[in-house]
Amino acid sequence: MSMAEAVERFVPDGTQVAMGTCLEPAIPFAAGHEIIRQGRRGLTLIGPISDSLFDQLIGAGCAERVCAAWVGNVSEGLGHCYRRAAERGEPHPIEIRDHSNFSISLALWAAAWGAPYMPTRTLLGSDILTTNPDLELVDGSVRIRPVQPDVAVFHVQRSDPAGRAHAWGPLGITEEAGLAARRVIISCEQLVQPEVILSDPNRILLPETKVVAVVHEPGGAHPSPLQGFWRRDHAAYRDYAARSRTAEGFSDWLEEWVLGVPDRATYMARASRAELAVRRHLLSVPVDYGDE
Amino acid sequence: MSEAYTAQELMVTAAAREIRDGELVFVGMRLPILAYGVARSSHAPSARALFELGLMRDVPATAFLATMGDPPNVAGALWATRMSNVMALLAQGIVDLGFIGGAEVDRFGNLNTSYIGGAARPATKLPGSGGGADIAILSRRWVTLMSHERRRLVDRVSYVTSPGHGDGPGWRARMGLSGGGPTAIVTTMAVLRFPEEGGEAYLASVHPGHTVDEVLAETGWALAVAPDVGVTPEPSPQELAEIRRLDPQGFWTARR
Repeated sequence: MSMAEAVERFVPDGTQVAMGTCLEPAIPFAAGHEIIRQGRRGLTLIGPISDSLFDQLIGAGCAERVCAAWVGNVSEGLGHCYRRAAERGEPHPIEIRDHSNFSISLALWAAAWGAPYMPTRTLLGSDILTTNPDLELVDGSVRIRPVQPDVAVFHVQRSDPAGRAHAWGPLGITEEAGLAARRVIISCEQLVQPEVILSDPNRILLPETKVVAVVHEPGGAHPSPLQGFWRRDHAAYRDYAARSRTAEGFSDWLEEWVLGVPDRATYMARASRAELAVRRHLLSVPVDYGDE
Repeated sequence: MSEAYTAQELMVTAAAREIRDGELVFVGMRLPILAYGVARSSHAPSARALFELGLMRDVPATAFLATMGDPPNVAGALWATRMSNVMALLAQGIVDLGFIGGAEVDRFGNLNTSYIGGAARPATKLPGSGGGADIAILSRRWVTLMSHERRRLVDRVSYVTSPGHGDGPGWRARMGLSGGGPTAIVTTMAVLRFPEEGGEAYLASVHPGHTVDEVLAETGWALAVAPDVGVTPEPSPQELAEIRRLDPQGFWTARR
């Protein structure tokens, strides 16, 4: 399936969508950019931190609510579109449901497990408790209400056509987001035969029953890194930070890198540089699933 | 300031000295990544590092890191896992030390990284907690690093993202916070510390090239000064070499 079709079918207006769940690596920028191109409105963005992707979706007017621990640009600092939306209601106001990294993970685990809430001691004494209505202080501990995404989008190293995805490196909150979500879209660097995936079932990210779309999208995480494939494009983050400082600069950036680009292949033809490809490959030793 | 090192390099070495050998350290980002490397290469060779996206390491990454999620931080890791597994260690109370970046801190070490000017109509929307609140509440002790400016070191923060000592000694115990709270604020001018029992920060040492009066003028409350206030030790040549190995372009240490 193409990214355009996956977004068209599974990310309608008003969707609660989880993205960027590995934190800094493997952010599904290609999916986010397609959401912007299709002009989605009223999304709820769910994630731990977002290294610029949520800032872009907010600046493009796609989001009405953010349910996250941190929104900005990790190597450069503030999220300028996020600031304009929160401080001045530009391009329109957004509702912010603040979390910490731990509490958004627990909110997704609660949904994944069908639990009414997750009890925790994190956030005790934090004003996040007073400004997020999904959090409640009861008898000295915090109850975190479930957060259930309609759809979660992940960019992984490889998947087969049935949506059995192999992901490696730190996973952040990917597993709980995928289990909690009603549907999962897999964006993958490599589309491989089922035999490759099934040779290592411990590495399969999620049950295939969750996956509704598999998109073969090489470079779909740029400018974020992907273990074994891509280094982080620090210069791209710096460029975005500088240009998004004003609404006009952001519009120019959006036209150049999103609206004026038909698809990811065209984007990567512009964005990719030789030094971004991982050159030092470090292969793990295969494991033996021998049975009799 | 001496030409031999930058303010950020001094902050890195001051932060590194907060790490004791054998400790499990929730490292975070930016200068603390360098501080962990310096500590490992000098006085804390058996410390271990945790990164909230789901990593444990011993030796620092062999290449520059702009974020904890850069691929060199994963290569050679002791554990690559999910965030909730790392947070489990924090919640169990077995993380000795955490680092948190701050935008605004008050006399009791409470941090605001969320809203300047109130949550309803913020004058400035800051990025948020990230893992900061979790570290502040659950780690055994923590240290924050920030630029020493009067607008950042304030009497009381208007929004507590990551709680320090609340409104004074005993507050954390009353609120049920399991960790010990902040023990130091490392700034571009000085090191502030907190009493054993928590409470209000005091000036412990001033960095070379700065004065007590200058620090007091740039602090937004009547900062207590330790009777034995000293000068923050300068980075050693070995420490500077390690910093420059980990950050060869001065991305974090302002040598660009």
